[in-house]
Amino acid sequence: MARTPADLVGAQPDPPFPVTFDGRTVTALHGQSVAAALWGAGILAWRTTRNGGRPRGAFCGIGQCYDCLATINGEPNRRACLVPARPGDAITTQEGHGRAGLGV
Amino acid sequence: MPDSVSEFQESHGLYDLAVIGAGSAGLAGAVAAAELGLSVALLDTSTHTGGQFYRHPAPAVGAVRPEALHHDWSAYSDLRRRLAESEVRHLPGHHVWSVTRGEEDGDFWAVHAVTGADGDGERPVRVRARAVLLATGAYERQLPFPGWTLPGVVGAGGAQAMLKSGLVLPGRKVVVAGSGPLLLAVASSLAAAGARVPAVVEASGYLRYARHPRALVTNPHKAVEALTHGAALLRHRVRVRVRSAVTEVHGTDRVEAVTVTRLDRDWRPVRGTGRRIECDALAVGHGLVPQIELATALGCTTRSLPDGTRALALDDLQGTSVRGLWAAGEAGGVGGVQLAYTEGELAGVAIAAQVLGSPVHGGRVRELKRRRGRMRAFADAMATVHAPGPGWPRWLRDDTDVCRCEEVTAGRIHEAVEDLGARDARTVKLLTRAGMGWCQGRMCGAAVACLASRGGTAEPPLERRPFATPVPLAALAALDAPVVDEPRDPS
Ligand code: FES
Repeated sequence: MARTPADLVGAQPDPPFPVTFDGRTVTALHGQSVAAALWGAGILAWRTTRNGGRPRGAFCGIGQCYDCLATINGEPNRRACLVPARPGDAITTQEGHGRAGLGV
Repeated sequence: MPDSVSEFQESHGLYDLAVIGAGSAGLAGAVAAAELGLSVALLDTSTHTGGQFYRHPAPAVGAVRPEALHHDWSAYSDLRRRLAESEVRHLPGHHVWSVTRGEEDGDFWAVHAVTGADGDGERPVRVRARAVLLATGAYERQLPFPGWTLPGVVGAGGAQAMLKSGLVLPGRKVVVAGSGPLLLAVASSLAAAGARVPAVVEASGYLRYARHPRALVTNPHKAVEALTHGAALLRHRVRVRVRSAVTEVHGTDRVEAVTVTRLDRDWRPVRGTGRRIECDALAVGHGLVPQIELATALGCTTRSLPDGTRALALDDLQGTSVRGLWAAGEAGGVGGVQLAYTEGELAGVAIAAQVLGSPVHGGRVRELKRRRGRMRAFADAMATVHAPGPGWPRWLRDDTDVCRCEEVTAGRIHEAVEDLGARDARTVKLLTRAGMGWCQGRMCGAAVACLASRGGTAEPPLERRPFATPVPLAALAALDAPVVDEPRDPS
């Protein structure tokens, strides 16, 4: 029984589109967040921590934990679980501070 | 709408009510108030209504059967229809970071938000209203354990949220662990969506519900819910292990297996009982924490819940201790979707009565109050059953990260408590930076408070944060001239 989430809800999505993750092409669906697109491609980590340089990805999935921060089209510190994926997005691993200030 | 209200609006550009959060409670409150004649603004961070419980894919995903991942979808679709038919102004993609008392002419509230998918500020917005209903929901409580920062370990609620909105899974073989009824719901949706779930690991025991017979008997729908999930788990051959916890995650770059250990009644791991389960993801969560910082910033009174979290103290019509500020749903204590609907509606009716200066309609309100009382009793029983036992810190090692953002280990917190005399989460924070990172202690707050209490009763973290969401400096700079969202001219 090779059921998928898409089968379960009878999804008939618009055609998928490409985005890149660290230069490699990944397919996303319209309406998916960047984090969901990455999970869909089996990618669970897209950030390294500031002190230990350890890999992290989405944890809370609802915008609370900030573990999913990614650099999207050159802009660091975006919460990948909230930002929708758009055709042609270039997502890159965010290292440490992500270069930009916190904004708070 | 009575003339006096519309005239007031016209001259002041005010909504009668601003509802923060478009989940079950917020939707029910907004619709009820609007149907009674109030002008209502409904702000939510997400593009869609429904909150976390009714999270669903964007229309572009073309889900023909979104209800396959939901419980009681018709209740939500009904509210959604009423919202569409109402005059409520829905403001999606609005991240509220602060609520303040209006200064100029007194009796109104200013709700400050930044817009954009993650609030990465397209523009600051200010909504002014005579009353505010906080329906901000909850987030997941996490207790740390060795390996919980490894990719592949995700929040149980997080896995559910990503599945419901993005139709994706964190792995093929997912262990579900922690405590609370959410675990059963998460495990059954993961299994239905094609994941293998080798085990659900619950730190408490379900038999403990038997100590709350009244709450069980008066809330039969809760038993039905549990049975539904239980049957689904049986069908998918998911084993439920009670009085056990995942005490270690194995793997170098991502999850490869977990160790499940038996717990004693205080949640202390029982030596020699660890068993390894192969998996490629772990969905974990220990209940929910009410999200109340907008209210605590305004000085609203809080109350401690039996599971050591803090919720808003509310009167019998959902009013907070601050006049004109109301709350419904999880912000007043975690109790499930039906309770959220009930409280939302009750608040909407009560606010309408106050704004219009009319009496609260007796029969309907009495019925709503009765339902609320019954479900609150169940919520309290649930919080008692799943309250973390004092022995859980025994599964930490000195090098286990407790604060994920600032990478503060259990060893350093231990030092702050034992050697430097820290007795509460705030002091630990000042000494170690635990809770000072991006999430402002949302992920580690409960654990740090518990560690600081050295096995005594932990004082729940105050849930005080200067900003409810990070705000770009540009948005603060533009505060003098924000976009002001006002009700449409009622004529
Ligand atoms: S996964 Fe927690 S903020 Fe995105």
